Amino acid sequence: MSTATHEVASQAPEVLHLDGITKRFGSLTANDSITLGLVPGRIHCLLGENGAGKSTLMNILFGLLRADEGTISVGGNVLHLENPKQAMAAGIGMVHQHFMLIPVFTVAENMVLGREPGRFGKLDLNGARKLVRQLSDRYRLDVDPDALVEDLPVGIQQRVEILKALANDARYLIFDEPTAVLTPQEIDELMVVMRTLRDEGRAICFITHKLREVVAVADDITVIRRGKVVGEATPDASEGDLAELMVGRAVNLTVDKAPPTLGKERLVLTDFTVANAAGTIVVDHLNLTVSGGEIVCIAGVQGNGQTELAEALLGTMAVIHGTAILDGVDVTHMPPKKTIEAGLGFVPEDRQRDGFVGDFSIAENLVLNRTTSFSSVGNLDLGRIRSNADERIEEFDIRTSSQSQPVRSLSGGNQQKVVLARELSRPLSLLVANQPTRGVDVGAIEFLHNRIVKERDRDTAVLIVSTELEEVESLADRIAVMYRGRIVGVVEPDTPRDVLGLMMAGVPFEEAARSVEKSRTEHADV
Amino acid sequence: MSTPVIVNNTAAGTPPPALRKVEARENRIQRLSTGVLLAVIGLMLVWGTFGTAGDAKIALSDAFDAVQLPTIVLPGAVTVALCAVLVLGAALAYLSGRFNKRAMTIAGVVGGVALLIGFITWAAAGSMAVFTMTNQLQGTLAVATPLVFGALCGALSERAGVVNIAIEGQFLTAAFAGAITGSLTKSLLAALIAAILAGMAMGALLALFTLKYFVDHVVLGVVINLLAAGLTGFLFHQLVGSDTAKYNAVPIMQRIPIPGLEKIPFLGPILFNQTALAYLAILMVPAVWFLLFKTKWGLRVRAVGEHPHAADTVGINVVATKFSSVVLGGAMAGLGGAYFTIGSTGAFRPDMTVGNGFIALAALIMGRWHPVWAALMAVFFGFVTQLGQTLNPLGSPIDSQFLLMLPYVATIIAVAGLVGRVRAPAADGEHFVKE
Amino acid sequence: MSEELVEEKMMPATPAPVPARAPASRRWVSLVVTLISFVLAFVTGAIVMVVADPEVLGKFAYFFNAPGDALGASWDKISTAYSALLRGSVGSWLAITETTAQAAPLICAGLGVALAFRAGLFNIGAQGQAIWGAIFGAWIGFTIKGLPWFIHIPIALALAMVFGALWGAIAGFLKAKTGAHEVIVTIMLNYIALYMLQFLLTTPMLQQPGRSDPISSVVEFSATMPRLAGTRLTLGFFIALAAAVAVWWLLERTTLGFRIRAVGLNPHAAATAGMSVSRTTIVAMAIAGSLAGLAGAQAVLTPTLLTGFPTQLSLGIVGTVGFDAITVALLGRSRPLGVVLAGLLFGALKAGGLTMAAEAQTPSDLTNLIQALIVLFVAAPAFVLWLVPGLREKRPGADITAKAATA
Repeated sequence: MSTATHEVASQAPEVLHLDGITKRFGSLTANDSITLGLVPGRIHCLLGENGAGKSTLMNILFGLLRADEGTISVGGNVLHLENPKQAMAAGIGMVHQHFMLIPVFTVAENMVLGREPGRFGKLDLNGARKLVRQLSDRYRLDVDPDALVEDLPVGIQQRVEILKALANDARYLIFDEPTAVLTPQEIDELMVVMRTLRDEGRAICFITHKLREVVAVADDITVIRRGKVVGEATPDASEGDLAELMVGRAVNLTVDKAPPTLGKERLVLTDFTVANAAGTIVVDHLNLTVSGGEIVCIAGVQGNGQTELAEALLGTMAVIHGTAILDGVDVTHMPPKKTIEAGLGFVPEDRQRDGFVGDFSIAENLVLNRTTSFSSVGNLDLGRIRSNADERIEEFDIRTSSQSQPVRSLSGGNQQKVVLARELSRPLSLLVANQPTRGVDVGAIEFLHNRIVKERDRDTAVLIVSTELEEVESLADRIAVMYRGRIVGVVEPDTPRDVLGLMMAGVPFEEAARSVEKSRTEHADV
Repeated sequence: MSTPVIVNNTAAGTPPPALRKVEARENRIQRLSTGVLLAVIGLMLVWGTFGTAGDAKIALSDAFDAVQLPTIVLPGAVTVALCAVLVLGAALAYLSGRFNKRAMTIAGVVGGVALLIGFITWAAAGSMAVFTMTNQLQGTLAVATPLVFGALCGALSERAGVVNIAIEGQFLTAAFAGAITGSLTKSLLAALIAAILAGMAMGALLALFTLKYFVDHVVLGVVINLLAAGLTGFLFHQLVGSDTAKYNAVPIMQRIPIPGLEKIPFLGPILFNQTALAYLAILMVPAVWFLLFKTKWGLRVRAVGEHPHAADTVGINVVATKFSSVVLGGAMAGLGGAYFTIGSTGAFRPDMTVGNGFIALAALIMGRWHPVWAALMAVFFGFVTQLGQTLNPLGSPIDSQFLLMLPYVATIIAVAGLVGRVRAPAADGEHFVKE
Repeated sequence: MSEELVEEKMMPATPAPVPARAPASRRWVSLVVTLISFVLAFVTGAIVMVVADPEVLGKFAYFFNAPGDALGASWDKISTAYSALLRGSVGSWLAITETTAQAAPLICAGLGVALAFRAGLFNIGAQGQAIWGAIFGAWIGFTIKGLPWFIHIPIALALAMVFGALWGAIAGFLKAKTGAHEVIVTIMLNYIALYMLQFLLTTPMLQQPGRSDPISSVVEFSATMPRLAGTRLTLGFFIALAAAVAVWWLLERTTLGFRIRAVGLNPHAAATAGMSVSRTTIVAMAIAGSLAGLAGAQAVLTPTLLTGFPTQLSLGIVGTVGFDAITVALLGRSRPLGVVLAGLLFGALKAGGLTMAAEAQTPSDLTNLIQALIVLFVAAPAFVLWLVPGLREKRPGADITAKAATA
């Protein structure tokens, strides 16, 4: 039987060399003569912060971007990768960070897109289904060829992405930040997949900024920072060393914070139930209390109702049942204007979309939800808007040449500082921050975390939604794990990660703890 | 040698059980607004009952038909009252929200039919003239011809992710090109080809400026409409103003009865005695459906309309695919534009398309970007338009201006009230920038 | 009930073609692009003129035998038309004031379209809104008698603006509450308004007693805009300028304007910041409608160009002001000053177009074509820069998209 193993093994294992790759966008050099090699049978980790240039490099390798300088070669043959088709023909496959799947198409349609079977231009969907079944049988990655991709959980969608690359028999497989959307258990499964593919003789390039994963799976490690290779490491390097290499200075991975001094209960959610625009119940009879002076983190896999919970608190989503009481006032059905007045500070998940008006200046964005306090009889008080901007820019260390610069032109971290500066510039009862540090560089993360803790210490109730367990562990005074619209359990911040992981898949705390305990003893026995 | 096993996974590749659902907000808005609308119309019918005297005569065949069917005589007041009750009942069904989807659909159909019969009876009651159903339906198909083509044009370009507000301009240019070519060559075929080419040219303009120069789709569409109006207006006054006989003596397509089928009572004269353009419209609906949903090209078109970057990563030429679909859509719009001159009245007049391109767009939206549904919606708008014209000579109780408004009012009601939760192609109107 | 954004269910929302203040270098490029667009539009117009003239075109049949014939005839045709255009618009003091008279309604309606743009709405319903303005402007104009002009005119304008606002608010309301796309709704409302005008002109409310054709009584002198003696400069032009200043103040200096701009640029962020997107949408459309209504009122309250006598309401009274307004707003980049300048330019085209039609036997529709072409080119700076490669190189690392260069 001809299997992938044979096919791969029959070809001489050639190393894929990237040599002196340089890519500039205007004045920004995203990749600065990067050199690395992908060796068949090994997992090569590409480690770097957000914006370090990892994705640019891989997009060049996959033919989506063209390098300004440098060559890509296999066994001495230089590859000219003008488009993904040529990259695929050269045996390069990519599992994209944002899946390159068409949500309204079926798995089969996605799988054959671009090289559809069928004669005379007619689409042969049966042929496509057969292909899916063959592949999923061969790799025992179960997928239903007729399922719509948008109905599948992200873990399965990723599987479709992997199969898509394998359908093309990719010998060099790029995984671009594949773990961002997965539960810890799904991450473990993915690691197994990567190891198996490696053992078949494929070269794996694994892009990530998560140190733990690197240490777990890498054979080789290359660290890049600001577009340059700053070092190579072996898997036995410590996380601290890797972090220092990645960031360029010693980093404090934990947040300095004193134990919380609990105030009175400020936010009380009772049977809080939210339906989204399609009428699906996304937050389901949720009960939670947050007191002044504590940070409660909502942990969970993306898409389990956390965002909707936050938006319903603000008032941009419909609450269909239950109540939300903030400092004794019923805010359940209040529109955002009123909840903001009632003392809610809100940091949205998608700051580009919800957090600011990109074409507005920093000064304008800093008063976006407070125009009433910066105006008289309907006329804007430009002087006070300006002086407010100067103060906030100073206080939050927003790096900009001028307060009239549009926020769109700032870096992710500075954009988020603008949002947080606006929200924290008035007395709050409750701060709701959804993914407060997503896509933000390490320096800004430290700053933002410290500001959030400072706000807690002013007796504000703080509710953080985060899918990053590192963030949850370092910020939380209590962790509420959310799964399919419900709180699975509220646990202490020092709860082991595997237990949290099981809870994020819907397993109640006791059961999760028992199951983790059991597997630990089993491993110990072996 | 064993097959490589990657994971002995527990999660199968099937969707997890769905979360519970309540009525979606937009569906509720749609249900309530439909209910209120039906209620208002029902009450208007009730009010109309008092003013209705005499009988309404509705003929099922016209005087020239081979098979003469009886003329239905409806007692005016009674029929209107009955229809009013049915419409109000449907309104209640919508407003109460206690019924399941199928019951609602039935209520909607009953309410809609009762509304039409009630309205026609009210308008025709007491008139000496006869409301000829065959004329109405035959006219419907004729009037719907450009709308169907327009909707197909919209389907082809919007499925590829290019918002097409320019159907109106494509119609106008094609109508003019058809008229002038027809006048000069006296050949219908040449006129038709000229119309198609004109539609394609405008489509190509839309595609070029959106895909290559990244002009906002909606802005560009409106500008193209203005451009088409200016261009055809100028050429019309310059050429036709100088020599009407030469430039605006347009040959007209004759109806082609299909032997045999044409003789079928009632349906025959409606379906099988139309112009070539109308037959072509009927044929094009399944053709476009097949193209979009059953061919490799169609899969790629839909892919670039939904997620162009994904299509790009599997080696599809995004811009070329979009371009081909928009230009093919332009050919459809060209056929639709031909209707206005060589397909019906012959002579060209400036701005003669009077918003039909936008009505076609509304049909497309109501048909949820599906060629078949969009075509059916286009036929519905054709029915409403034709209704105004059929009722006009009956000396009905309403002024002709209000009858002429019908299609426009119906369009607003349709896009505002009747359209529930619809989803445009995900990347409709977005620019595809490679880097 | 909580405030939710009604999802746009038809088409993507229209992005306001108003970018943030651009750096000076971009502004320079933008200016050059605009100028080149003018040239391109006039060149294209000239080509169309030649192609559409059978006589001139006939000479091209034997082009290679006597190229002078064809070229000479073309040049004659083009130069006659364009020089008439120039004479009619800026050739004399009278022509210049004629330009201001033509520009006044364009500026008002253009401000209406521009303001809606700033709220992220594409108001192509200025035509219908102007028709309502004309109806009620005229109605007040000829029914009330014996008022002094400084009371009569404001009343007429106010009522016209109210009804324009109502007509605009319908589209705003449907957009805000049901997600119906304003482009389709406003176009349909244009036709409905036109048929309403047709209908009302046959009713005693508007129809001149004793007439059977659709025409109203003549507007009172007291409701007619005073005109500077010997010129065509009327009060209407100053009202248009005042409207531009008011719109500027509204957008840049008031909280309402702040909300309108925020909603237009990013409705999601605006909603998150506690602004009511639906209310802002309705209010913006109402204000836009009132400005278009003002334009419609100007059409009936401005004295007849040649005689200076009051005018009367007829079917074609507002002309194509609503559609011209779109081009004015697009060319003016939705900024009040830009709208004034674009309004003056297209007013000049209109004024010149009349002269051109009269003196050069060239249909005035040519100006509509040129107008549309200018806007097409201005909206596609990348195209213009592609045509003029020299300009492109002066901007290092520039990837010009419509966004970048509409600045």
